Amino acid sequence: MNAALRPDLALICDWIAPGARILDLGCGDGALLAHLAHTRGVRGYGLEIDAEEVAAAVARGVNVIQADIDEGLADFADGSFDYVVMTQALQALARPDRALAEMLRVGREAIVTFPNFGHWRARLALARGRMPVTPALPAAWYETRNIHLCTVADFEALCRERGWPVLERALLDRAHRRGPAIALFPGLFCEIALYKLGRPRAAPQGGSAASATDSLART
Amino acid sequence: MDVHHAGSVGIVAPRKLVIERPLTLDCGRCLPRHELMVETYGELNRARSNAVLVCHALSGDHHAAGVHAATDRKPGWWDSAIGPGKPIDTRRFHVVCLNNLGGCRGSTGPNTINPDTGRYWGPDFPIVTVRDWVKSQALLADALGIERWAAVIGGSLGGMQALQWAIDFPERVAHALAIAAAPRISAQNIAFNEIARQAILSDPDFHAGRYYEHGVVPSRGLKLARMLGHITYLSDSAMRNRFGRLLRESDGRFNFNYEVEFEVESYLRHQGQSFVERFDANTYLLMTKALDYFDPARDYGDDLVAAFRRARAKFLVLAFSSDWRFSPARSREIVKALVAAEREVSYACIASQLGHDDFLMPLPEYHRVLGAYLARVAQEAGA
Repeated sequence: MNAALRPDLALICDWIAPGARILDLGCGDGALLAHLAHTRGVRGYGLEIDAEEVAAAVARGVNVIQADIDEGLADFADGSFDYVVMTQALQALARPDRALAEMLRVGREAIVTFPNFGHWRARLALARGRMPVTPALPAAWYETRNIHLCTVADFEALCRERGWPVLERALLDRAHRRGPAIALFPGLFCEIALYKLGRPRAAPQGGSAASATDSLART
Repeated sequence: MDVHHAGSVGIVAPRKLVIERPLTLDCGRCLPRHELMVETYGELNRARSNAVLVCHALSGDHHAAGVHAATDRKPGWWDSAIGPGKPIDTRRFHVVCLNNLGGCRGSTGPNTINPDTGRYWGPDFPIVTVRDWVKSQALLADALGIERWAAVIGGSLGGMQALQWAIDFPERVAHALAIAAAPRISAQNIAFNEIARQAILSDPDFHAGRYYEHGVVPSRGLKLARMLGHITYLSDSAMRNRFGRLLRESDGRFNFNYEVEFEVESYLRHQGQSFVERFDANTYLLMTKALDYFDPARDYGDDLVAAFRRARAKFLVLAFSSDWRFSPARSREIVKALVAAEREVSYACIASQLGHDDFLMPLPEYHRVLGAYLARVAQEAGA
């Protein structure tokens, strides 16, 4: 139905079980929810702050609730969704860590995507003494909405610290593909990072995701 | 009023429908029959699937759109939203609007004759509830041959009727649109209503509600009630922008008396006076009581989520940022309960200036969302 679905969103769809209940934070015009409803019988709601996007989502027939994610998810009960999804919004929030904790309170699993600030373009710009203006981060420092940028290593360090298990990970380039360079040096070549997190375990523990993080730390 | 302008339903005529079936009310009394004034706009399709019920608020009536005569100064109360090409598009929907039971614009109510006594009903008219209205509207739907509404739509007290419809007749409502509403009104709201009622009840011309027989109307009380209500329908900033501290006399000197002096006083008196000319005090009392009593959760152990679990409709909830009478937080309570009940719901909070009355205004952001939602409704209904 939606051939034009962004590749990163298509990848997220693969992570979502058919018939699930999902909450999509910063759902925009509801493209992901509409696609999931159509292809996987997924039900749920989108949260969106922008009035025009809300109207566009309503026009698609998506359940959309106008709200500011920074104000929390108090309207949603614990564990009321199978997945809480947030694409490309984490870095624009006042407190990304609290938002993630809220996502994992409301949902059994959280799926989050963000631009990797450790990408070589960003590192190169900083090495030259300037804030990066890259294809993934096109706005200048004084006007960007991205106030809490992080690298994939930063993100995984936060997950370890809070005991959030990384259930899935996909690191993509600008074209939202997994190229060979990313496989070699993920922290340097990934532009868009996708993670699926689980609810905190009693004690932070290792596993495949943790070893992936170790390799990132070296890049 | 140019009735030929694009977007107008043009000249319309109300009609009176007699509901011959008995209606048992929440108060325990039963009306063996009642009459309802109704207007409709747009054609009912062959499948009878495109009917939309528009419910009015405290002071509304059946005349929601168009004009009764080419010389009318003002169109119906929601003409901004109802008409060809408007959000409630009469090219696609068959719109039904009625004057609720207990109203004063031709439907059975306090200012009509009680057939048992041959006198005006006056204070003998039973106090009706939102549930009673919805029951009465369901009887009307039967009379019109409408099995299921494509949508039930209302603002303020009208939005409460839309919610009650979805709970009480789950199979008969495809979509419920609750605009600038609340799941029940607050103590502050009841307090405003009580002052309004006291203003009417304490007017010497009220005559215990039998003023019709005395050839008078409790105009001072009704006027005060409306002036008070009107303040609560406007935001502080709207009043500041519109009137500020402007004086009616341009010389800027104070009069040092109690005559009309500030512009806002003049405005309120005018609003109050024009209301007295078109509205009935007994109906005002009854409507405020229906507002106070509205509480669909009450029937479900004070659990709004349990109430909404009965609903099969999809919901659109809209609120206005400047509305403090029925604030966005109240609409969010509705949304929260609907989500907890796993109902389909969309919600938008419209950036607005005027206050509660914004639900009647053609704000572009508001009409865009309303129109987008109703376009889906029309599509689903095959309209």
